Amino acid sequence: MNTSQTLLDIKNLSIASAEGKPLLHELNLKIEKGQTHVLMGPNGAGKSTFGSSLLANPAYKVTAGKIILNERDITNLAADKRAQSGLFLSFQTPLAVPGVSVTSFLNAAAKNLHEDMTSRVLRKKIQEAASLLHLPDEYLKRDLNVGFSGGERKKLEMLQLLLLDPQVAILDETDSGLDVDAVKILVKAIENFRTSGDKGIIIISHNMNLLNRLPIDKVHILVKGRLVAEGDRTLIDEVDQNGFTRFEKLAGEKNG
Amino acid sequence: MAKATAQKTKNIYDFKKDENNVEKLQSGLTPDIVKEISAKKGEPQWMLEHRLKSLSIYNELKVPNWGPDISKLDIDNIVTYVRSTAKMADDWQNVPADIRDTFERLGIPEAEKNAALSGVGAQYDSELVYHNLQDSVAKQGVIYCGIEEALKGPYAEMIKEHFMHLVPPSDHKFAALHGAVWSGGSFVYVPPGVDVKVPLQSYFRLNSPGAGQFEHTLIIVDKNASLHFIEGCSAPKYNVANLHAGCVELFVEEGARLRYSTIENWSKNMFNLNTKRAIVKEGGNIEWVSGSFGSHISYLYPMSILSGAHAKAEFTGITFAGEGQDLDTGAKIVHSAPYTSSVINTKSLSKAGGRSTFRSAITVTANAHQSKASVSCQSLMLDDISRSDTIPLMDVRCDDVNVGHEASIGTIDDDTVFYLMSRGLSETQAKTSIVNGFANPVSKELPLEYTMEMNNLIKLEMEGGLG
Repeated sequence: MNTSQTLLDIKNLSIASAEGKPLLHELNLKIEKGQTHVLMGPNGAGKSTFGSSLLANPAYKVTAGKIILNERDITNLAADKRAQSGLFLSFQTPLAVPGVSVTSFLNAAAKNLHEDMTSRVLRKKIQEAASLLHLPDEYLKRDLNVGFSGGERKKLEMLQLLLLDPQVAILDETDSGLDVDAVKILVKAIENFRTSGDKGIIIISHNMNLLNRLPIDKVHILVKGRLVAEGDRTLIDEVDQNGFTRFEKLAGEKNG
Repeated sequence: MAKATAQKTKNIYDFKKDENNVEKLQSGLTPDIVKEISAKKGEPQWMLEHRLKSLSIYNELKVPNWGPDISKLDIDNIVTYVRSTAKMADDWQNVPADIRDTFERLGIPEAEKNAALSGVGAQYDSELVYHNLQDSVAKQGVIYCGIEEALKGPYAEMIKEHFMHLVPPSDHKFAALHGAVWSGGSFVYVPPGVDVKVPLQSYFRLNSPGAGQFEHTLIIVDKNASLHFIEGCSAPKYNVANLHAGCVELFVEEGARLRYSTIENWSKNMFNLNTKRAIVKEGGNIEWVSGSFGSHISYLYPMSILSGAHAKAEFTGITFAGEGQDLDTGAKIVHSAPYTSSVINTKSLSKAGGRSTFRSAITVTANAHQSKASVSCQSLMLDDISRSDTIPLMDVRCDDVNVGHEASIGTIDDDTVFYLMSRGLSETQAKTSIVNGFANPVSKELPLEYTMEMNNLIKLEMEGGLG
């Protein structure tokens, strides 16, 4: 295997809460360029903690292991620097920021991540993404996520994904709160993001409506903070039919 | 890089001038000093009497003990009067170069040149040094001049009828002090039905260490007329305390509208004990927009007295208390006629140990039936060593009214900071965005150049304490 194909390499990563409570244990996960991975697990397994800690949420700390992105060790970088190195997290619950308009926020984010992007290109990209996502212009003038429905917030997350064009995107339950039509739009946005062929995606979801519509390279099962199984998309069908019982037993064995 | 910019911007205000050509009166306050002030100004006898009466009230009244501690303000050591020997000019070229330079650095003549202002007044220490009104506005019969000058002119009687009638010297100790030693300030009269389309602005600059500024602003907006008046204040930082005890009296007649905007950025050694009051007659409207950023200690609660039916008051304010600042601000509304309404909407921020207190007092008298009052105060503490308090008072003596209050005190949410940082914003950028967003409903009410100034001040404050 050509190592330059490796986009994101998570090595023996252990995460604890800021107060020191261990949450994720010795995770190993490798994403090649162009791959789409799915992360599944029962409630409370630590899926959102995984996504959030990959972006260096200060509520968590790395207690062991490394995160390598494009052959660069980003383990000790803060959230803004991780974003600048090409990581993106679509939040499960995007936060509202009163008094800050969507447009001014997008401007600030784009200028921080793509210094050379001109205002004209930025405007054009925002327009294109908004139109792809069926997000009316008026949303761009409103305060960031203030008074937005769950579905609108998720669409705005996808707009940010398309605009900021990261290397690796983690989509944490981006489909939750979306109706079937909106899920189709989400699939279109993900496909659009993947077009260049060198992106990596980690989807945290159990939604067959979404997962059946996407090519999936690998599936990971997270139980009680441990990655207990890895496989192809047949794992999704197994979880869909039988739930996590088998994997919970595996986790029990690992935890001794 | 950010630090260098901060330094540069701060310097815009923090420059000092040599005290050329000034006569300083001896420290301390006696009837002789008051007589001397009056004599130098050559003012009418009634004003001298007013000053002496105010002085005796001043000596009787106690220093207020219900708010921030002002024991460090030693009134006996305050040079109450510093007068530049400059004569008032109506052309910037005739203002002494060093004083003109000060105002140029503050961008005042520039704003006037660009016709963003109908008229400009500039006060340097105790005296007004510049006053000018655009011809077109003067032709409408609008009077905008130094109040001392007006005392000797055709409007002398009008001033006598209004001067310190709204804020009597007996109101509190510093109102009495003001009555005794007031100096400089503006007089504005807008005749009935005249709509002054472009704002008038007065700018106050205190340059002498240990000095006081006691300007008096008297504005009368006659029936169905309208005006926007802007007041700006700044001073360089000295190691000794300065005192600002100005007084603003606003008379809004039947059906008239007045918008009074202030951005106060006194240096952080200033005791800002200012008194502002408006009386609004039937169908009249007062709007206050107030930004308080500077001073060491502030007591500031502009009052609106709604004395005629259907009169309205709106107060929008923001206070930012940083290190070493104790800013006690708010608003008072008196509903003394039926169908009156008021809205108070304030934001307060505290940072680096600063203390910000919001105080409001709503009084609804027995004959103010069908009146409405709403008070909303939001506070944001930027760290856990700062303090924010909310003290709302309501005195309602009428059944048929609608009075509401809501207050919230919060801190900057870590999850929100993380959300913004995950999009590439630095921690300082993220926090500054949140703070700007919090302030935005108020800052967008300010005149454009002040909005920019306010955003700069917030940026400076945020860069100073974070990162």
